[in-house]
Amino acid sequence: MRDVAVVGFAQRQMEEFDGSPTCVELLVPLFEECYEQTGWTRTDVGFWCSGSSDYLAGRSFSFVQAVDAIGVIPPVNESHVEMDLAWAMYEAWLKIQTGEVDTAVVYAFGKSSAGVLRRTLALQLEPYTMTPLWPDTVSLAGLQARVGLDTGQWDERAMAEVVNRSLTDAEKNEYAVRKGGSSVEELLARPRYADPLRKHDCAPVTDGAAALVLAAGDRAREVCDRPAWITGLAHSVDAMSMGTRDLTRSPSAERAGTAAGTAGVEVAELHAPFSHQELILRRELALGDDVAVNPSGGALAGNPMFSAGGIRIGEAARRIWTGDATRTLGHATSGPALQQNLVCVMEGRS
Amino acid sequence: MAKQPAAVVGIGQTHHRAKREDVSMAGLCREAIDRALADAGMTLDDVDAIVVGKAPDLFEGVMMPELFLAESLGAAGKPLLRVHTAGSVGGSTAIVAASLVQAGVHKRVLTVAYEKQSESNAMWALSVPVPFNMPVHAGAGGYFAPHVRSYIRRSGAPTHIGAIVAAKDRTNALRNPYAHLHNEGTTVESVMASQMLWDPIRYDETCPSSDGACALVIVDEDTAKASPNPAWIHGTVMRSEATSAAERDQVNPQASRDAAAALWKQAGITSPIDEIDAAEIYVPFSWFEPMWLESLGFADANGGGWRLTESGGTAMDGRIPVNCSGGVLSSNPIGASGMLRFGEAALQVRGAAGEHQVDGARKALGHAYGGGSQFFAMWVVGAARPTN
Repeated sequence: MRDVAVVGFAQRQMEEFDGSPTCVELLVPLFEECYEQTGWTRTDVGFWCSGSSDYLAGRSFSFVQAVDAIGVIPPVNESHVEMDLAWAMYEAWLKIQTGEVDTAVVYAFGKSSAGVLRRTLALQLEPYTMTPLWPDTVSLAGLQARVGLDTGQWDERAMAEVVNRSLTDAEKNEYAVRKGGSSVEELLARPRYADPLRKHDCAPVTDGAAALVLAAGDRAREVCDRPAWITGLAHSVDAMSMGTRDLTRSPSAERAGTAAGTAGVEVAELHAPFSHQELILRRELALGDDVAVNPSGGALAGNPMFSAGGIRIGEAARRIWTGDATRTLGHATSGPALQQNLVCVMEGRS
Repeated sequence: MAKQPAAVVGIGQTHHRAKREDVSMAGLCREAIDRALADAGMTLDDVDAIVVGKAPDLFEGVMMPELFLAESLGAAGKPLLRVHTAGSVGGSTAIVAASLVQAGVHKRVLTVAYEKQSESNAMWALSVPVPFNMPVHAGAGGYFAPHVRSYIRRSGAPTHIGAIVAAKDRTNALRNPYAHLHNEGTTVESVMASQMLWDPIRYDETCPSSDGACALVIVDEDTAKASPNPAWIHGTVMRSEATSAAERDQVNPQASRDAAAALWKQAGITSPIDEIDAAEIYVPFSWFEPMWLESLGFADANGGGWRLTESGGTAMDGRIPVNCSGGVLSSNPIGASGMLRFGEAALQVRGAAGEHQVDGARKALGHAYGGGSQFFAMWVVGAARPTN
């Protein structure tokens, strides 16, 4: 395997993006930031890959205009996944591993506020027997939380502790759309939103976009004093069927974590759009109490669809660039109730 | 580290029809997957990872359908990727699957691309009004007709060239049991007599709207040794260009020319027409055969394409047989159409194309394009392991 590192990261998160229907306009300044961080121009980028969803955009081929944001004259080596940014990064990492290219920029965008997100995501379910019932994302997550509560695997206090820590940490994150710690008691006194979830247990509906820069070997060292070298990158999916899964577990997260190698991680940025999902992920990824989880505030502070997973990787990489940590983990999830998961483990070497 | 050799050892496709009401989306995909695995002598247990490709989700009305399909595709418990690059997606998906092997990450990868157009309405899905965007409302035919007119004006092509392509591909399809259209007796005259839809494109010069799927099994060198006839991947390429740019040449796009140049270089090919034995080129409207022949370098860019077509050079027994399977003009499950081109090219070099086999084919091109001719995916496969 070639040594490949994350060497650039730019993001925008907001409650409501007032602009084009697809957040495409956000991409141009994001690419500018990536060029500033690396000193590159467009022609230094060997491969581009994006992640987005046509259903979120409410139209077909929503990525087509995004490609224009690159400024693709002359043409570029480019691809797209109908997945989160983290999987776009995976495709770019593969491309670098083949030896065909040495550098890549990956990006994603999504305007969740354009529709009713929890209903839009109901269209992601099995279309013959599930979608006709319109079970929305928040309700499905509520069922998952309820199973864990009823079987004693977590309690509401543990969920509130996740929220309190996340929203306190989010105060230091300029991109957080929800922030401000409180106390576990005060959080538990708030009304329920989708029993047993309270509003703060659910990630806020967020618009946004993000970009990550990857480079191999010397190309990474040239542009970054302390590159975040990828030591493990793996993903896996479970069956969707909500009725046959143990909703308190996420086998795909466990497999991805095992394959990526989570031992020794100091910081973990977990893509947990619901508070109890962080508790599931900590267990599946075998993260001990000494691991700092979501110092950015995580998805509970901002969850732009299709870039939030990749943002976790960017945040985890940043801890390495700054020297705050030596070994970090970024995680992304997709599908209802943690169905599909990706884990990226990175380390600093100087 | 150098790119690891990879080969196609299993190919499967569905019977393509306007409406496959006998199967669900999962059933459609499994029909192709099961044939590909049987061809490879494998089961789903042997597969390390799965790559799914299809065109826009609005074509079936399910957001990211690979998630609900995960279990029935055999992906549960495995890595699953979903590619979407417009009409080129079937090709891009095969390329991503190949890169999993070429990167040395996996040894046995299954890839499937499908479209079940009868679940929704493609024309509607392509024409959702988007605020602040120019409405197209044209469908693909209306969009591409001006490109074709421009080609005819530039190249001085006689007006019956498109009909020659259509008659050839529809006749070739009679030898392909999986093809959607089996229109006996299609001739240049009968095509010319068919209804004009988008001048100069007539009804018989357009692709059908199909339900269908295609699956490939792509493996590493060690696994390929067990296959009697692997199709070795000699080169892969993807290129994209701008959608909105006044200086674009839609008739012969730079992304297409750049992609072809990079592909031939990777595959060690200096004269495509002499070294490629069969080509499966994405021709959804008949006139795109001469247009792509020129763009790909099979013919000169001053009308060499239509002259080659007119001379019979692209027929089954011609100098460069194009779309022996019947091509997109005979089956068009959009998301799968690119992978069908890639798979049919692999069938040719494996000597497994049945009645539409080109005798002794050693190297073949698989080609796909999408969007408004701004996305391209291509590969060259060969009967021999690549030496470069």
